[in-house]
Amino acid sequence: MKVEEKLYNNRYMVDEGHPHIAIVAKGAPSPALKSLVTVCPAGCYAEEEDGSVVVTPDGCLECGTCRVICAGTGELQWDYPRGGYGILFKFG
Amino acid sequence: MEKFDAIVVGAGPSGNSAAYVLAKAGLSVLQVERGETSGSKNVQGAILYATSLEKIIPDFREEAPLERHIVEQRLWMLDDRSHCGTHYRSDTFNEERPNRYTIVRAQFDKWFNSKVREAGALVVCETTVTELARDEKGKVVGIKTDRDDSVIHADVVILADGVNSLVGQRSGIRDEIKPEHAALAVKEMHFLPREVIEQRFNVKDNEGVVIEALGTVTMGLMGTAFLYTNGESLSVGIGCLVSDFRDSGTSPYVMLDKFKKHPSIAPLIEGSEVKEYAAHLIPEGGYKAIPKLHGDGWLIVGDSGQFVNSMHREGSNLAMETGRMAAETVVALKAEGKSMTEANLARYRKTLEDSFVMKDLKKYKNLPEILHENRQFVTTYPNLLSKAAETWFRVDGMPKLDKEKTIFRTFRSGRRLRGLIGDAVKIARAWR
Ligand SMILES: Cc1cc2nc3c(=O)[nH]c(=O)nc-3n(C[C@H](O)[C@H](O)[C@H](O)COP(=O)(O)OP(=O)(O)OC[C@H]3O[C@@H](n4cnc5c(N)ncnc54)[C@H](O)[C@@H]3O)c2cc1C
Ligand code: SF4
Repeated sequence: MKVEEKLYNNRYMVDEGHPHIAIVAKGAPSPALKSLVTVCPAGCYAEEEDGSVVVTPDGCLECGTCRVICAGTGELQWDYPRGGYGILFKFG
Repeated sequence: MEKFDAIVVGAGPSGNSAAYVLAKAGLSVLQVERGETSGSKNVQGAILYATSLEKIIPDFREEAPLERHIVEQRLWMLDDRSHCGTHYRSDTFNEERPNRYTIVRAQFDKWFNSKVREAGALVVCETTVTELARDEKGKVVGIKTDRDDSVIHADVVILADGVNSLVGQRSGIRDEIKPEHAALAVKEMHFLPREVIEQRFNVKDNEGVVIEALGTVTMGLMGTAFLYTNGESLSVGIGCLVSDFRDSGTSPYVMLDKFKKHPSIAPLIEGSEVKEYAAHLIPEGGYKAIPKLHGDGWLIVGDSGQFVNSMHREGSNLAMETGRMAAETVVALKAEGKSMTEANLARYRKTLEDSFVMKDLKKYKNLPEILHENRQFVTTYPNLLSKAAETWFRVDGMPKLDKEKTIFRTFRSGRRLRGLIGDAVKIARAWR
């Protein structure tokens, strides 16, 4: 099963034009940043053909894992979505 | 300028407990929550332990949204094709005031927060607290939010903002959590008709069953899986240390699907409709990872303070206990006319030390490291146990004495005698 199918059942309020996570490019991605491609539970990270890592946080579950993993590398800018936006758990 | 007696950041179980106790005592309280409602950002298994809530709202059973009270606990060790373990089921758990319930957090938190409002606190949702505001001496005097740049003032701020604890970090009162000190858990809600759940789990009325599992299903990573029965749904999830996920590059959803396909689990969830997929961190650093908990004008409670006993899967109860104790400290200081200085707020720390919360966390203070360095508990042992059980139960003409010898040999070759004894000693030490 693809993770997109899992996210399909979730409720979100996407804050268009205000992504709450951004990658601060610093040359080649660190192993920590690369690990997020598989570790992010919502599959928000992808590796491009040129080896760089990109993030699309629309399906983000706001767990914080990527922030904790990359805290030491300074490659991520991570904030909560603005109040009211982001994931809306029906059950949690 | 309006000034509150106290501001509570966050409306999970710790924040709701704190705000409720403060408001009930007549203090002016502002509670700020970033979610649309209390609960809309929160994830739990979820087992609620009644005692901690009873201390705050004694008759909660009359109105709280509870799913099932637990009458049976299964602890399973899984290898790829089997499970072995223990079950404990008792009719004594069918008591008038049951001790453990399954809950659905989004609904439960919403209810708890409604009690906070009834008690008189001002609750503001859809607002994220960005940082603590301080005076020239460094004392915390209030908060800033993402609504505007102005400071909202209070005598004391209680940080109940959960495991990510960004407010404290960004205000320089604590460090970022470490990947070794947090588990990432993913969870799905599987819906089934009530009768189907009752047949599959051999329960009636509001009786419930919980299954905790560990073994090869976590693919060599340190963690556990769970399946809990709710009224009309099953909570199915799995979690492992963040550092393990990072180092192995394993996807949590791949692991969850492996658990769901396990031959002991698949028949239990067959035909269910999945209505949600969630992920959340759990603080698992234990006693040694607890940050500084109080300072001039501030206190930390719940997950934000690493208050989780991962061995016993207790978190929400410790959140309620710490929220209550912090609030009671503030109420007492207020009554005595004392200010919210670091020295005065130290009473919170003292109360914690005297309670089961710190005593339990201290008891297991070495466990996180021991589990971290001894992967055999989730890799080798499940396989060995399964092989032993299979050898023992299969009737195939092999003399029983030979069976015993085979089992012993498998254990010795799997872990060697020194390893086996060493493991027993390590676990015994960690338990003390
Ligand atoms: C999968 C899973 C299973 C679990 N199972 C169990 C179990 O069976 N039993 C048990 O007792 N415990 C369990 N736990 C642990 C339990 O969920 C936590 O210990 C508990 O939720 C902690 O409560 P809290 O109030 O401290 O934090 P949280 O419940 O995380 O609440 C924090 C609140 O603060 C809000 N917030 C955060 N930052 C801000 C900000 N900057 N501004 C405004 N608001 C903010 C959040 O939106 C949230 O509402 C489990 C946890 C997980 C993830
Ligand atoms: S917070 Fe969690 S879900 Fe969101 S991008 Fe980071 S790892 Fe993925």
